[in-house]
Amino acid sequence: MKPAKFDYLAPETVDEATATLAERGDDARVMAGGQSLMPILNMRLARPELVIDIARIGTLNDIRLKDDMIEIGAGATQAALMRWPDLAAMAPLLAAALPHIGHFQTRNRGTVCGSLCHADPSSELPLCLAVLGGEVVLENARRQRTVGAAEFQTGMLSTAKEADELVVGARYPVARPGAGHAFLEMTRRRGDFAIVGLAAVARGGKMRLGVGGIADRPAVRDWDGLDGDALDDALNAFAWELGGTDDIHATARYRREMVRTLGRRAIEQARDACRS
Amino acid sequence: MTATQTQSADPGWVGKRMLRVEDAPLLKGRGGFVDDLPVKKGTLHAAILRSPHPHARILSIDVSEALKQPGVRSIMTGADLARHAENFVIGFETPPMDYRGMAIDKVRYVGEPVAVICASDRYTAEDAMDFIRVEYEPLQAVIDPVAAEQPGAPILHDAAGTNVMLLREFTHGEPAAAFADAAHEIEFTIRYPRNSITPMETYAVVAEYLPDANSFDVISNFQGPFSLHPVMARSLGVQGSKLRHRSPPNSGGSFGSKLTLFPYIVVMCVAAKLAGRPVKWIEDRLEHLSAANSAPNRVTRVRGAYDSEGVVSAIELEHWDDNGAYLRAPMPAPIFRMHGVSTNGYTIPHVHVTNHIMVTNKCPSGAVRGFGGPQLYFAVERMMQRIATELGRDPLDVIRRNLIPAGSFPYRAPAGALIDSGKYQEVIDKTVAEGGLAELVRRRDEARADGRIYGIGYATVVEPSQSNMGYISTLKTGIERERAGQKDGAIASCVVNVDPLGAVSVTADSVPQGQGHQTALAQVVADRLGVDPADIAVNLETDTQKDGWSIAAGNYSCRFAPAVASSVHIAASNIRAKVARIASQTLNVPPDDLEFENGRIFARDNPENSVAFYRAAGLAHWSPLSLPDGMTPGLREAVDWSAPELTPTTANDEINTSLAYGFGFDFCGIEIDRATGEIRIDKYVTSHDCGTILNPGLADGQIRGSFAAAFGATMLEEFVYAEDGSFLSGTFADYLAPTAPEMPELTVLHPVQTPSPYTRLGAKGIAEGNQYSTPVCVANAVADALGIDDIETPLTPSRVYEWLHGAERPPPEGVATTAPPSKGRALEGSGSVEVPARREDVWRTLMDPNSLAAVIPGCDTLKRESENVYRAVVDIGVGPVRGRFEAHVRLDDLVEPESGTLSGSMIGPLGSSSGTGRLRLEPTGDGTRVTYDYEIHLAGKVASVGGRMLQGAARALIAQFFAGLIRQATGDSAQAGQPADTGLWERLLRTLGIAR
Repeated sequence: MKPAKFDYLAPETVDEATATLAERGDDARVMAGGQSLMPILNMRLARPELVIDIARIGTLNDIRLKDDMIEIGAGATQAALMRWPDLAAMAPLLAAALPHIGHFQTRNRGTVCGSLCHADPSSELPLCLAVLGGEVVLENARRQRTVGAAEFQTGMLSTAKEADELVVGARYPVARPGAGHAFLEMTRRRGDFAIVGLAAVARGGKMRLGVGGIADRPAVRDWDGLDGDALDDALNAFAWELGGTDDIHATARYRREMVRTLGRRAIEQARDACRS
Repeated sequence: MTATQTQSADPGWVGKRMLRVEDAPLLKGRGGFVDDLPVKKGTLHAAILRSPHPHARILSIDVSEALKQPGVRSIMTGADLARHAENFVIGFETPPMDYRGMAIDKVRYVGEPVAVICASDRYTAEDAMDFIRVEYEPLQAVIDPVAAEQPGAPILHDAAGTNVMLLREFTHGEPAAAFADAAHEIEFTIRYPRNSITPMETYAVVAEYLPDANSFDVISNFQGPFSLHPVMARSLGVQGSKLRHRSPPNSGGSFGSKLTLFPYIVVMCVAAKLAGRPVKWIEDRLEHLSAANSAPNRVTRVRGAYDSEGVVSAIELEHWDDNGAYLRAPMPAPIFRMHGVSTNGYTIPHVHVTNHIMVTNKCPSGAVRGFGGPQLYFAVERMMQRIATELGRDPLDVIRRNLIPAGSFPYRAPAGALIDSGKYQEVIDKTVAEGGLAELVRRRDEARADGRIYGIGYATVVEPSQSNMGYISTLKTGIERERAGQKDGAIASCVVNVDPLGAVSVTADSVPQGQGHQTALAQVVADRLGVDPADIAVNLETDTQKDGWSIAAGNYSCRFAPAVASSVHIAASNIRAKVARIASQTLNVPPDDLEFENGRIFARDNPENSVAFYRAAGLAHWSPLSLPDGMTPGLREAVDWSAPELTPTTANDEINTSLAYGFGFDFCGIEIDRATGEIRIDKYVTSHDCGTILNPGLADGQIRGSFAAAFGATMLEEFVYAEDGSFLSGTFADYLAPTAPEMPELTVLHPVQTPSPYTRLGAKGIAEGNQYSTPVCVANAVADALGIDDIETPLTPSRVYEWLHGAERPPPEGVATTAPPSKGRALEGSGSVEVPARREDVWRTLMDPNSLAAVIPGCDTLKRESENVYRAVVDIGVGPVRGRFEAHVRLDDLVEPESGTLSGSMIGPLGSSSGTGRLRLEPTGDGTRVTYDYEIHLAGKVASVGGRMLQGAARALIAQFFAGLIRQATGDSAQAGQPADTGLWERLLRTLGIAR
């Protein structure tokens, strides 16, 4: 379990990184915390010719408020976001989701944007981005562009990031007044990849539910004023639309059942949270 | 051996909760594991190319390109190995089976070694693997041990002609008559899964060939039993004296797994011989999980005869023991070690046992902590619970009615175990009281009144310790046994040495992997010699050329407390007797009237009359002539001890498999979450009578460790194989060992200590009891909670949910289900795509090798081999995961321009796959609808590590295929070969139902 040979570059500026990507992007992988990429390299599941380690680009470490968005630099770790003083008030959904991500050791290195770029279908941060309608900021040597969550993650482990682009940050909208949030996850062990992850937002009579771990990327549904059997019917329809597949940890049916039971639980928790 | 077998009466260090002397270096990073030890200059590093196939014939192996890579010194295939190593002996007659640690003509499980590359470093060795070309002819695999016995099942070992390696039937008493007379009968089948206990440190071997002496020098973390040393030496074609094996100062856990390290020792010895340099191999985690070892999974048909009070008169057990692809000595020993206690701690007089020892296309089995016990007791204790349920009785009442009564020990069980001592009823009574069973029953009543799902489970287990080497003979028939000669006993070897200034050192053959043997032995010796344990050096590294050892040496089956501690106690007692005689001259007091304490020897009646221990001991070195008459000079006692109770197998196959038998009783309360199927352990009480406790801290550690491992086996851990034989649990993301947050509180009780009359300190083993009791205790609680009979572990929420709930709610009308039917573990799916091109153009694109090459993901060119048969190198992947594969593609069943079948196979460093896709083309206005269905089998690394992503990855690759098809068929050459633009990609994913 040793990686194949690769070149290693640790640029200190974004310009240096994007200049390298412009030249060698097709053969390069960007590494931030390395919590996904390192095992993939060690198992030789990927053999990039070049690894660009962005950990030394100091300007990417910031977490700040900007225009009702929490802007998280590509170097900011999950642990740094957890420690961000305004998190519970500004982004209760992230505050609820972050403890489910791996373990404190992995959160100390793993970055928020790294998780978005890796685009694991079970990941918590892409699910939150999808449910909150956040966006990702990409930069290449010539320009910067912003891509919404729905367009950014295109499928399993796949994103709209072009080979010459660097994700420089992600933006999660600040919670709106009166909104309630809930995050639930079914795993077999604490910190494992979610069998099903559920993120719910409720505001007024409206509710939104995002589901990770079943389809190849997070799926989001909006409902208005549903309750009782009607909500169960809607969750059942959602579950069947997601389908799911069997793996060694759970059957497809179990995944659908969790949409029905934990999905309902998440929505109810989110509603309770907006009343409080 | 001179001392008589009496129980130690010494008050003192034994029995104290002394901190482990082992801990400081381990906690400070100063341990000495194999990978820490320096190696000779020029030592090569080995990497092993392993089979991606569960079952395949090896047609050819071409290593020529790999050998040309810089830094590569040598490459050994199975055929090379076979010229230098003989088939491993397994100790009984089986149908022909050739096993030398590497695949020769066939591969028989995913992960089987195919080639060993020796290079200047591990990176270089792994790089070279890609250049080895192995041509396989895949064969059907069989993974179910019962199916493997059926006519027409794929045969693993062609020359054997069968997958049944051994079929042994045992009758003790008159089970047939007992069943005929019984008022009630129960029959059911259990399936016990495949699991292991994964150590932190994997296998490690450094091997060197010394040509001048034609001998081998090995350092490895092999744990014994040393009965495998002759097996290794014989395979290498040398005398045992020419295979020097040394163990390192530290070993990072084993739990039985390092017992099956021995084939790799032989493989690395031959690799070193062929390379002409020492070779070092450190197993990596992927190798360990896929190919180290596993406890046998087992199917057991259980039948019990009982009366209306629940008293059981007969038990019938028919086991199909799944040992994977090869039997490796001492396998299938576990099932036979437990044979003597087939009746557990019950007075069941009539027993019938049938053992089908099976091979299947899985990793070969090995010893795992518990050694056959979890499988057996799961059957027996489920039976007790089910009998209670049938009779409407309390399971604990049925248990009590059948337990061996106090006062009947030593008790000879019908299958031969001589159960030395015990007070089972007292253990249960005190545990029920101290553990708070009444409170748990109250909680169950309350929970049920609330509509919650709560159950209580019980399990009792007899815990055998120190294996009788003679039980291996039970594998043989009486005639074979007679021919081979009697086997019995189990020797423990040690040396206690006192130097010229009275410093005490101990060596012994226990090969610890973290258990704290050094601490416990220092306690035993300190008591005998009246010295501080901190001053005693206990060195448990072994060297087969210099240290005393015999076949039973090693660390397994709870051997330490009954055997090693006994031998060291005897050696220390012999030293004491000798020093007492010397001191007796000085003090003018008979030796028997002397006490040893705090470094002094003194008269019991007059403590003032004393001499320092070092002075009396020193005389043996400094003045041999001053010693009492007939005393040998020096002060070194080497003891080889074997208990006389370890008798050979009788003519009727009764066997006392172990020396001492402890007793365990567990109960637990569990609650199940109706919404998720999750099990919460509300309370778990485990109670053990392990005789004299040498060090309560060590005993507690063993119980808690065993509970954690057993909890993992019960709830989380399984080596999963797909029906096609591919292996799906290759990383710790899929093989789920419990971590701290999962572990429930554990209440540990020792209500009774019944010393063993057969061990020197009265100690019995303690390390395996919870392996036996916990899985079935929790399973019984789940059965109680849900009111169901068939419980299969691990108890995943998904599995429990389906026991708990009826059929799934159907989809609403108008919502199409995208859930594919679940058929085996093949990846499969179907769908349709609209291609904006005329049907003829689509057809032409698929038929033309150049355009087809552009359609197949990652394919540059197709080389035509014959009509509609192509060969290609493809570079495919999903996201960052990419691999290079050699692919064969063929087009069949072509009906122009309507339909065809695209099939193929691929192989590369990431594994192998084969698949078939059927395509139908229908014109739709100005386009074509392509309808498809596919089935893909994957094996090797990507299947082993990528489990939860595979379906999605298959869909993504198909999406890439159709993206290519659309590009090509619409003549959009601008996009050909370029990454698809987001818009097209999005449209396509939506069409395929992947994105929404």
